[in-house]
Amino acid sequence: MLHISIKAEPIFRVYGFPVTNTILLSAAVFVFFVALALFYSFQIRREEKNRLFYLIHFGLNFIYGLFRSVFEDKINYFFPLLGTFFFFILLNNWSGLIPGVGTLLVKTSESRHETLVPLLRGGTADLNTTLALALITVVFSQYIGIKTLGFFAYIKRFVNFKSPMAFFTGIIETVSEFSKIVSFSFRLFGNIFAGEVIIAIMAFLIPVLISFPFLLFEIFIGFIQAIVFSMLSAVFYNLAMQKADH
Amino acid sequence: MSPEAAKQLATALAIGLGVIGPGIGIGIVAGKAVEALGRNPDAEGSIRATMILGIAFTEGLAIFALVIALLIRFT
Repeated sequence: MLHISIKAEPIFRVYGFPVTNTILLSAAVFVFFVALALFYSFQIRREEKNRLFYLIHFGLNFIYGLFRSVFEDKINYFFPLLGTFFFFILLNNWSGLIPGVGTLLVKTSESRHETLVPLLRGGTADLNTTLALALITVVFSQYIGIKTLGFFAYIKRFVNFKSPMAFFTGIIETVSEFSKIVSFSFRLFGNIFAGEVIIAIMAFLIPVLISFPFLLFEIFIGFIQAIVFSMLSAVFYNLAMQKADH
Repeated sequence: MSPEAAKQLATALAIGLGVIGPGIGIGIVAGKAVEALGRNPDAEGSIRATMILGIAFTEGLAIFALVIALLIRFT
């Protein structure tokens, strides 16, 4: 039967903490990412470099160039965070497309109305992951605004008593910050979760080969959503560092 | 009307009506980007980056509608 659930299902519990299928796959992706990063840092000191090193180097240069067009000079301060966002989201998006993710079912004692739940599920197909990433981005943009401009100059963007018009603009800015959290998390979650659902439903409609073009499309969408998340974060950090002048 | 039928109707309406606006919006953004590219082919990198950003913003709204449609259908 078609297995679509908005929430991630817990597979087992560790001292009462539910470990869901997205946590399992995110942990595996994390270990893979650390191994890749260690491989890159070992290869960079050698004379004869591996070909995989050049591939990762090309990817890093591409992302660095993308962000440099936003920041111009302060890129080196932001690149660790933004590069991490990009690669974490990219690997998590693509990991949901690996064969076996979402289809290997396991019988757990946690599930109430179904007896079998998928063992693995894409990390970013869980609203918890994307909400955490969105919170990190928005809170960090507040931090970087306060650090660059000073607390009172930054608060003047939200609380401005110069005129009634500026006061309402400040209220709208405050609401807009909260709506950024919702927008970031739901954009990423919606794209990846909808992609999973479409692949599953297409396979149910026409069982032969119809999921293949959708799989290719989802690879592309995963890449684009990683770029969009990090570029949008970069633009908002830049915006937070500008002086609020009217 | 049974709840099942209402659910199916609601799903179709949610996604169908919800994507009209962003569809027109993305068309406008991409069209203006192509127009700007025609007028100034040197700024290709900057135009392309800004266009991707604009498309991502408007596509987000369509994704909100899709999430609501999926929520109605599967819960």
